[in-house]
Parts: sequence; structure tokens; C-alpha cells
Amino acid sequence: MDAESLLLSLELASGSGQGLSPDRRASLLTSLTLVKRDYRYDRVLFWGRILGLNADYYIAQGLSEDQLAPRKTLYSLNCMEWSLLPPATEEMLVQTSMVKGRFMGDPSHLYEHTELQKVNEGDKVFEEVVVQIKEETRLVSVIDQIDKAVAVIPRGALIKTPFGPVHVNRTFEGLSLSEAKKLSSYFHFREPVELKNKTLLEKADLDPSLDFMDSLEHDIPKGSWSIQMERGNALVVLRSLLWPGLTFYHTPRTKNYGYIYVGTGEKNLDLPFML
Amino acid sequence: MEELTSLNQEKETQEPGEAGQPREEMTAASSQDPEPGLSEPPESQTGPETESQPNSSPPRSPQTKASMPLGDLTRPGASSPAFPPQEASSTPSSLALARQDLAASWQSGKTTSVISEAGTPYADHLEQSPDKGESPLHQTCQSEGNAFQQSQKAKHHVFGAKDVSYTNAKPKELEFDIFQEEDTNSNYDLDQTGPRASEMAPGMLEIAIQNAKTYLLKTSSKSGLNLYDHLSNMLTKILDEHPENAVDIIENISQDVKMTHFSKKLDTLQNENEMLPTYEIAEKQKALFLQGNLEGTDQELEDEIAENSLSNVMESAFYFEQAGVGLGTDETYRIFLALKQLTDTHPIQKCHFWGKILGLEMNYIVAEVEFREGDEEDMEEEDITEERDNGDSEADEDEDELPRAFYKAPQAIPKEESRTGTNKYVYFVCNEPGRPWVKLPSVTPAQIVTARKIKKFFTGRLDTPIISYPPFPGNESNYLRAQIARISAGTQVSPLGFYQFNEEEGEEEEEVEGRRDNFEENPDFEGIRVIDLVESLSNWVHHVQHILPQGRCNWFNPIQKSEEEEEEDEEKEEKEEPDYTEQEVGPPLLTPISEDLEFQNTPPWTTRLSSNLTPQYAIAVLRSNLWPGAYAFSNGNKFENFYIGWGHKYSPESYTPPVLPPVYQEYPSGADVTEMDDPTVEEEQAFKAAQAAALLPAEENEVIEEEEDEDDYD
Repeated sequence: MDAESLLLSLELASGSGQGLSPDRRASLLTSLTLVKRDYRYDRVLFWGRILGLNADYYIAQGLSEDQLAPRKTLYSLNCMEWSLLPPATEEMLVQTSMVKGRFMGDPSHLYEHTELQKVNEGDKVFEEVVVQIKEETRLVSVIDQIDKAVAVIPRGALIKTPFGPVHVNRTFEGLSLSEAKKLSSYFHFREPVELKNKTLLEKADLDPSLDFMDSLEHDIPKGSWSIQMERGNALVVLRSLLWPGLTFYHTPRTKNYGYIYVGTGEKNLDLPFML
Repeated sequence: MEELTSLNQEKETQEPGEAGQPREEMTAASSQDPEPGLSEPPESQTGPETESQPNSSPPRSPQTKASMPLGDLTRPGASSPAFPPQEASSTPSSLALARQDLAASWQSGKTTSVISEAGTPYADHLEQSPDKGESPLHQTCQSEGNAFQQSQKAKHHVFGAKDVSYTNAKPKELEFDIFQEEDTNSNYDLDQTGPRASEMAPGMLEIAIQNAKTYLLKTSSKSGLNLYDHLSNMLTKILDEHPENAVDIIENISQDVKMTHFSKKLDTLQNENEMLPTYEIAEKQKALFLQGNLEGTDQELEDEIAENSLSNVMESAFYFEQAGVGLGTDETYRIFLALKQLTDTHPIQKCHFWGKILGLEMNYIVAEVEFREGDEEDMEEEDITEERDNGDSEADEDEDELPRAFYKAPQAIPKEESRTGTNKYVYFVCNEPGRPWVKLPSVTPAQIVTARKIKKFFTGRLDTPIISYPPFPGNESNYLRAQIARISAGTQVSPLGFYQFNEEEGEEEEEVEGRRDNFEENPDFEGIRVIDLVESLSNWVHHVQHILPQGRCNWFNPIQKSEEEEEEDEEKEEKEEPDYTEQEVGPPLLTPISEDLEFQNTPPWTTRLSSNLTPQYAIAVLRSNLWPGAYAFSNGNKFENFYIGWGHKYSPESYTPPVLPPVYQEYPSGADVTEMDDPTVEEEQAFKAAQAAALLPAEENEVIEEEEDEDDYD
């Protein structure tokens, strides 16, 4: 959700119980403005929070002029002091996939993970090697995964300029009611992955300046989104079932949209059983 | 514009002179054309054409599309007004115009080779095809296969040089046709250029403008729009709205204008009913807000205040907001009103906002309710009759002598009475404040036991069947009720000392069962310091009974009731009995939550102070890690529990379906299963011989017959 319209956004997203206490709200409003100034971001998004056992991580993201460029992620434990997180790498992803369970809330916490590693190549001798993973690394990796999997933007909110960069579409006036009920009107807020694999026939109807991202409707497994009209059709709420805790909201016919993640930072691997 | 036209004039005046030579070739070409039908008919079909273009051939439909852009492209730096005298409002004429233009430029390129570099590739090509050397045009028209291909290439060169945008890939065949037609048409067009060029001098600009306007006003066959209106609408919109940097967003404005056009078109066909649900729910919620005004006298109001059956939702919502949990303020208030409506319409003694369970299509708002004494009997009766029906249907079955299945379903554990155990409270749910409240059925132990083994999303519709393994006895309303019971039992906590056990109730009875299940508010409760609540989990206690693995709060011995059977099968069941009689016990009521089991290195609760900045006014916030979404707060004197979430238990491991039940062993192969071989001939003969021998000496048939069987088995 945009840092500037934080209060309205929080109110809209509150249907899932994901609020912020008044002191957190106030401090976020203050500190995110400063973040925007200090880091010279074009836009600052309040991304959400990851619930730890002892403390919560508050996450914000800074966007540059090109909206789809890699985003800078910051975290804070007290909503005032923000620290920049390093960009996520493949290696981190592999490492942290071993770690299960909840976040601790301490960035320097070390997860210990014993791995069996082959010592002698010929004989089958294994040795237990303790791999230590910092919680900060895990945080980076999880945020990256969530961003790539379930960050959502309505169709038309971003526009691809002829020169390549993607800008906020100033003429976006919200989805119409009939569009708002369809998953195909929402896109993944990331560089397209699936789009290249589409056939020419499928691409034929796409508008290159609007349809340059992947649509949600082809997500696997089917049914990984719950789409609801709340407050009597005045609000669309999308909830990710794959990453429970991610809520996207949009008021049809207005520019109000955004997403927030409040959850444990764990993927719901049980989804097929639960549908 | 003037420059342009004058330039064109020059060119046109030039052309007739130049055309003299090629025309001869062209006529020759057309006479040799293998498809005379193409070149000849246009003359006779000139009728439908406009007067200015009497000779152009009416193009066949596939060609129109392709040749139009081609015509535009080939015009060297000039749009349609460049050739005003050939103006025509209809498509075919402008097409012909283009064609003529093309032919003209092409010819000038060929014959004179003066027009820039465009001519050169073509000339090169000429040299490369020496087989028919006399004239390129002749050649191209003469032989279809080879020459057309080549000339097509040549054309590519020509136009590629003249206009970059020509590089758009076009189907070759179409090009082929165009080319062909251009050839044939060029004859006639060239004939016409001379005389018309003289006519165009007066009022040319005016005509040019009209021409352009006519073109812009041309209605699209696909959308029914025309560009003229569209542009004027766009400009109107831009001027109306005055967007900043309009040039950056002109594409979107164009799209918006088109979209508004479409939506209007829809409106004429059908009423706009897509907003209806908004009005519907607003209408229902209006009833909530009107309630207060309907109250009559002050006396009633006082009674109601004294009654105090509804917990103060707004107050606890305020505290939960401090904790960063809860719904929005307006939604909470709507729920508050909906709860008030519930207490007004039902004989409710105590009503409490339990929480919200998220669903796929709709959510559930759950109210925890206690009825006044003796008011709920009528509602319970339905369930009992249902159970009886089930019992009868089983008994009516097979009466033949075949062995019956001796498998008996495990003893069904009866559900707990209302007001005790898991059915202590009644739960009402609704999807949205303002919609009707639905009472959930009471929960059975079997439902709880099964619910523990499955993990399903709620859909938001109570009558949805739960398809799962193991099969769930009931639909979504039962599953919802079971989950509510589990969550309540796990996460409803209060500060130590707030509740105490009832003193008056006979303690002997209670202690027989080894546990007490009644408590009341402690009038002497003095409150606990918030900081103590945060620092020590032992200051929080469960005030809802633990649910045993059996699915009940109070132990039910499944063997006691079936006393008759017990006597019969005493011997058989001796082995199994110890398993059954061992009573399941859980932590008693008002156990501190510090004794809750830790699961997989995860503490079951997290406590926090709501604000570190103003700790003196902060409240203690308790969060369950076992049931994500369950919260409790206490400010020392007050406390409240709240749940919002998907209604699932947390586990660090992923869900694993329960193991399949053991495969039932087959009947052991023993003496009563195996049979003898058939009697052999020898045996039968021996038997007959024995019979005959027996018949002779004595007449004791009967005895022998009886013994027959035994003989068989020998």
C-alpha cells in the first residue's frame, strides 16, 4: 500500500484483521516520509509485517521511477529506524528453504540446520555439518518469494511507456465492477515470467501498453486466490491462499488499491488439501 | 501544403510526357497478361465508381485491406490531400488514387531513373534479369511465376528505400495481387492524369480539407466510431479535465473515450443492475441503524440497560486496535448493531462477539451466545428425532439366514448436553452485518475428532458439503462449529483470579469426576499489573474446558452403557477392555497457559505490551501461536478474547492426511474353511458293497442311513 495514503489503505484492508495500532500508524507515517527523502525513492510502499515470536518485522519498499525495476526493501522493528536489506539471491533461497517454523523477531538470530554431507566420495561416509543461517537472510528470501508470488496490481494501474520503463498510470480510474470480480483483471506486480511462454494467439488480444505482466488467473494451483466483494460490492478483497496473510484490496472505480502482508512468512503447502 | 501540391503538380504534369513511352509497353503488357479478366473488366464496371475515377477497377475485397496502407505508404511524403483532383469519398476511389500514385512514381523511377536512390535497386534488378531484356514492365506482366517473384523483390527494394515503415510484414500473396492489379490499372490511371491535373487548381485547399474530413468521418465497420468524433471527444476531455502533461497520457485518454462509448451502448440494452448488491446490503444495514429509534418509552430503555446482555464490543475493539488487531471501526460498529439485533430477537442472556472466520467466498461473523434458562429446549428437539431415525433404519435389515456382518461400528460417543462442555455456548453466524443470523448446530464428539484430522478452507456457505478423508459427519456448519469449539478451548483465556470456582455447588459430585467445570466471576478480583501479565504467562488461565482426545470435555466411558453386551461378550472383550477404561484426562479448568504444551520449539503464546512509548497506559496483548489469529488483551481489570483468521491450527510441518485404517485380516484358514476332496469311485463302490452287505443280513435301514454321513468322510 502506498505510504502516502496509509490510513485509508489500512482502513480498507482491515476486513482481514490486519491492522496497525495507532502509535505504529503515526510512526510509520512519519518515518516513511523520511525514508522517501533519504533514499530518494519515487514511491514508498508499506509492504506489511512479518509476525515473529518475540518481535514483528515491519517492511517497507522503495520504488524507483521504473515501477518494475528491482525494489529496495527495508525493515524495521520499531517503525522508526529502517535498515536496508540486501537483494535476494538464488543462493539465499536454497539455503533458507531448509528453515521451517516461525520467525524469531531477531535479525541476528542464527538458525542451525544440520546437513549430511558426503566426506569420502567412494565410501558412503556422511558427516553432519551444521549450517548456520541468519534470520536476516531468511527475511530477505521470504519477502522476495512473497513479492514474486503474490504481489498484485490491478490491470491498467501501471502503463508501459514506449521507451521501456513502467510508470504509474495517471488515468487509471479503477476497475469496473464486472472486471473487479475477475481474476484476469489483476496482475502480478513483477517482471513477467509466463508472458513469454504464451502463444501468439493468446497474445493477440493483449494490449501491449497494459498487458505486459502476468495475470493472476493462470496461477498454479487453480484456486490459490479468494476473491470477495465486501461492504456490498464497494470493496474487492483478494486473499492469497498460498501465502495466507496477503490481502489485496481495491475499491472499484477509484484509484484506491494496494496490498499488505501480515503473517508468519510461511508458505501454505497444504493448499491442495484445504480446497 | 502549397509547396507540396505544387510539387505534385509538377510531377503530374511531368508524368504524361514520360508516360508516353511506358504506355506502349504497358498496353503491350496488358495484352500479354495471362489473366485478362483482371485487367479488362474494370472498364465495364466503372458504374459504381465516383465520377472522378471512372476507370479504376473496383477492388476485390481481400485486396482492399492490403492495398490501402500500401497506397498510403508509397505516396512520397504526401497524404491524401496531395492529389485533390482525384478526390473521392468512397474507399475504392482513394485506393485507386493510391494505386495510380504508386504507378506514377514507379514509372518515373523506372523510366527516368532520376527519383533518388529508390530507382537504383530497381534498376539493378533489371540488369539481373536478362532473360527478357526489352522492358521491365513487360517482363513482369508477361511471366507470372518467376518474374513476379523477382519484381516483388524489386518492389521491396523500392519501397524499403522510400519508406521505412513499409517493412511491415505482409502476406506475400496479397502483395502479389496488389502488384498485379497495379500493373493493370496503371494503364488507365496514366491516361487520366493529364486532363485532371488541369482541373485541380481552383479551391484546391478547400477540397483538400473536405477530403480529409470525409476521410476522418469514415465510420469504422467494426466499432461504429469515426476518427473525427473520437478526436473531438478526446480534445474535449483533455480540455475539460486539464490533466498535467497531457501528451504523456494521450493513449489512455483515447482509450478512456472509447470505453465510455462502449459502456453507454450497453446501457441502452439493459438496465444497469450490477450495483444492486450494494443497495441491497445498504438497505439491510439501514435496519440496524433504525433499531434504536423504534424503542418506545424510557422504561424499556432502562430495562434494557439493566439487562446488559450484550458485551461492549466497541470498548474491546478500541483495546484491540491498540494491539493492532481487529476490524475497521465502521465494520465493528455494524457488527455491534447486528449483535444488538440478535439479542433483541432471541431470548439471550449473554452475547459476546467471538470473532470472524475468513472464507473463500464469504466470511463468518461469529457470536457466542448463552440463552436464558429453559429457553432453548425447543431448538434441541430436532436433533434428537434425527438420531432416532438413524437407529431405526439400521435395525430393519436382512432377516435371512446368511451370516450377518458382525462388525459393529465403534460405540458412538454421545454429544454433550447443552450448557456443558463443548456445547456450553450457542454460536450464531452471519456473513455480513445486516444479514440474518444462523444458529449453528451443537457439536458432536465425532465431528471434533474428525475435524482434528482434516484441514479445509471455509467457503462461506453453511450448506457446503465437506469432502475429506476421513469423511466428515456433517456439512460446513458442523465443521465450523467444531473449529469454533476447538479454537475456544485452546485460546479463550483470562487473567489469573478473574474467575473462581463456584463454592455453592456440591463438591462431592464434582470430585467424583475429578474435575470441576463451573466457575463464576470473582467479586474480589483486584486486577493484575499489566507488566506482570506481559512478563509471566502463568498469570493467564484457560477458562474454557480442555477437549479430550475423545472429542468431549467430560469423560464418557464408552463401555458403561452397553452393559448387556458386556455380559455376553465378557470373555472376548477382556483383552480390549484396558484400552477403553483408561480415562482420558486433560488439564483442568483455570490452568495457567504457561503449562500449555510447546510444539516443535515454538512457544504457544506470545505476549507483548501494546506500546513501548506510553507503557503506563499500555495494555497486555496475548497472541496465540498455535491458532494464528487468536488474540487476548487485558488492561489489568478487563480482558477480552478475539479470533480472526482462517480457522486453522498452526503447525510448522505441512499437513499430512491421516494414515489409512489397518486392513482387516481375512478369516484364518482352519478346519471350518477347508473341505475334503470329492469321494473317489473306489470309496463309493466300497460303500455300495458295504451297503449291500448290510442290507442282506439285517433290515436296520435307518441306522445305516444315519451313519451314511460318517462313511462319506472316510
